[in-house]
Amino acid sequence: MVSFEMSDEQKMVQETVASFATDQIEPIMRECDESETVPGEVIAKGWELGLLGGCIPEEYEGFGEEISALTNQIALEELAWGDLSIALHLMAPSVLAISVLDQGTEEQKKQLLPLFCEEEYKAASCAVIEPYYNFCASALKTTAVRDGEEYVINGSKCLVPLAQESGNLLVFATTTPGMGFSGVDAFIVPGGAKGMNIGEREKNMGVKALSTYPVTFKDCRVPTAARLGGSSGCDFLRVLSRSRLGLSALAVGMSRRALEHSIDYATQRVAFGEPIGSRQAIAFMIAEMAIEVDAARLLAWEAAWRCDNGIEFEKEAALAKNYAADTAMMVCDRGVQIMGGHGYVRDNPVELWFRNARGFASFEGFVMV
Amino acid sequence: MIDFELSPRIKATKNMVHMFAEQAVRPVARQYDENEHEKPWDLLKMVQKVMGGGIAGALGSPEKKEKKEDEEPKEKKPKETNLAGAITVEEIFWGDAGIALAFPGPGLGGAAVQASGTPEQKEKFLARFAAEEPAWGAMAITEPEAGSDTANLKTSAVLDGDEWVINGEKIFVTSGKSALEDSEGFVVVWATIDKSAGRAGIKPFIVEHGTPGMQITKIEDKMGIRCSDTVSISFMDCRIPKENILGSAEVVDKTKTEGFKKVMATFDATRPLVAAMAIGVGQASLDFMRQKLTEEGVELRYGINPHRMTSLERDVMQMEADLKAARLLTWRALWMLDNGLRNDLQSSMAKAKAGLAVTRITQKAVELMGPLGYSRELLLEKWMRDSKINDIFEGTGQIQLLITARRLLGFSREQLK
Ligand SMILES: Cc1cc2nc3c(=O)[nH]c(=O)nc-3n(C[C@H](O)[C@H](O)[C@H](O)COP(=O)(O)OP(=O)(O)OC[C@H]3O[C@@H](n4cnc5c(N)ncnc54)[C@H](O)[C@@H]3O)c2cc1C
Repeated sequence: MVSFEMSDEQKMVQETVASFATDQIEPIMRECDESETVPGEVIAKGWELGLLGGCIPEEYEGFGEEISALTNQIALEELAWGDLSIALHLMAPSVLAISVLDQGTEEQKKQLLPLFCEEEYKAASCAVIEPYYNFCASALKTTAVRDGEEYVINGSKCLVPLAQESGNLLVFATTTPGMGFSGVDAFIVPGGAKGMNIGEREKNMGVKALSTYPVTFKDCRVPTAARLGGSSGCDFLRVLSRSRLGLSALAVGMSRRALEHSIDYATQRVAFGEPIGSRQAIAFMIAEMAIEVDAARLLAWEAAWRCDNGIEFEKEAALAKNYAADTAMMVCDRGVQIMGGHGYVRDNPVELWFRNARGFASFEGFVMV
Repeated sequence: MIDFELSPRIKATKNMVHMFAEQAVRPVARQYDENEHEKPWDLLKMVQKVMGGGIAGALGSPEKKEKKEDEEPKEKKPKETNLAGAITVEEIFWGDAGIALAFPGPGLGGAAVQASGTPEQKEKFLARFAAEEPAWGAMAITEPEAGSDTANLKTSAVLDGDEWVINGEKIFVTSGKSALEDSEGFVVVWATIDKSAGRAGIKPFIVEHGTPGMQITKIEDKMGIRCSDTVSISFMDCRIPKENILGSAEVVDKTKTEGFKKVMATFDATRPLVAAMAIGVGQASLDFMRQKLTEEGVELRYGINPHRMTSLERDVMQMEADLKAARLLTWRALWMLDNGLRNDLQSSMAKAKAGLAVTRITQKAVELMGPLGYSRELLLEKWMRDSKINDIFEGTGQIQLLITARRLLGFSREQLK
């Protein structure tokens, strides 16, 4: 039966993460962006929330709570409300962990999942994106060719978050060319593997606090056992789709923050004798922003709900992700517009959200629910 | 628990209504578009027999509201009357918007009686919708000089002994002819009893069919929803019984404008239903487009990077997401209503989104389908004409944004005009 009411557990998750975001993340957002770093202690505190460990079953040393893409989305929205870079940094290991949990072999689960249930944050990451303007995940140029008991990986990746400090990377490569998504496999490549070269940290317009790197593979050999899902391989579209669910929630969280900020500003800033919000040109922008933020959230929730209920959700995830990404850009652009010149200067957070927002068009495989 | 699955009861209704829409409504859609001002009487009578005003009845959702006041919060029955109504509306409008709007039932006038009538008034005025013969209820607010600005209406009601005397002119009354000439229905007329009191002076009155002094003066020719009649009504010394006022006749005390407020609150229930109407037409257009694309061997790829998609794929995706977004916003507004939560903000958000989304979707669909889209052989062009009304009546898109913005910004109507 249709309902929009969160479960008690979801409400609790939301409250907990929201207060973490308010107290710990939001106050340092600007500092992190300027210095291009995320302080270790914030990550440590965020890790204590147990967002990732929570959904790992007890047999792999997790807390064994119910695994729910939707509940994870609720948490991600709140994190991104605080700051996108920090949210992405904190949740980067989820891509590897949840992929393994969802599609890994028993050995892969046993070997990898406990790493994410420890007290200390361990970076892990995912390499999907490639440095071509026409990049599409369904046509990866990076290849993995089987050679006896090994796969040989060749190609270049970019926008790999935390590549430098990651213990393991989940690297996506084409194994059967011309087969689109179904011709792609994922390989668990340990940091420092031979043949894998991590380049210099990338300089991006937004999410500056999150370190990302180009990574190249030259005859990088991994055992066949490193292939996600073992001999049967993985369902790449499903991996991407779960990531899209996560990205949608992040986009919604950031958009909501920008909206709230715009509302505050529009009621306080006076021009021509009245608050600017008392003019329709501004008020209508705000109304539309609110409508689209809610719409994007509902699309994201519905897609995640389908995922949780074992209903086909790949198409919905794509719709939700693109919708939320467009919404984020629209909302943050208007956020800047509503603040006029004050929105353009770096004293003001909207310019930061504006820069971050465009990123959603490119982020694939940055986070997972 | 967040859930997007319709209950088995709603699903069953949805399937039934869909079949009915497909088999009984769709096939005559074109005919009643081309022959404006004609009505599918057989169909309307059949609808009355089978559903007893049930479809449009959803617009008033009788049982639901009556209980609300002293009802205990914990009741076992699933609360989904309004959501169920919206699903029904969506399916019928998927069949045809013009014919669906012409269906017999209490309509907006009935909804107003339902929301703010006394038990006697409900008894007296609503019983007819369950009778053998079809009957219609209508609502007349709009005037030539007062559309969005309802507070500015000039129609007056003056108490003379035991009667109210109404004078003025109303335009764009949906089903006005059906209610007043074709059946034993009524129209709820908004009139001021004290011009100097502004909003507080405006009251709704029930005027029965056949009341002397009331006359239909014009039947509009329209761009779309042609099967539904839209009329002008003039009132010249039109006398109605004193007890036909909805709510109290009090003006002076501003806090005692409950009647007016209650009627306004009916829009919290009807706006999402207008959104559902829009969504039905939008869905019809998308279904048509998908079918044609499949027939022509065009495959839509969802998972790929949007900048690798064809422009057609991107457009279709955008349209689908927009429709879905509108539907989910609508469901949320109705779910809130069903659960006794204040939903005025959410219902305006849903109406604003749906009205705009469906006009864009249908216009784009006609464009994308080229000659097929523009041709009057097919219904797509009709859906584009039909759906445009959804961004206009029951409060234009702009008015919905105004309401939404006021709530978000915490501004009064004086602070945000
Ligand atoms: C087919 C049809 C059926 C209808 N059925 C009914 C019915 O059953 N009962 C009934 O009472 N009425 C009915 N209406 C009337 C309908 O509700 C009005 O047409 C509508 O409310 C708009 O009023 P208007 O046409 O006077 O436009 P106006 O109010 O003059 O508006 C013109 C334009 O200005 C914009 N505008 C107005 N005020 C503002 C503002 N403050 N800020 C920004 N923009 C603004 C509007 O959005 C619109 O774009 C019907 C209309 C049609 C066409």
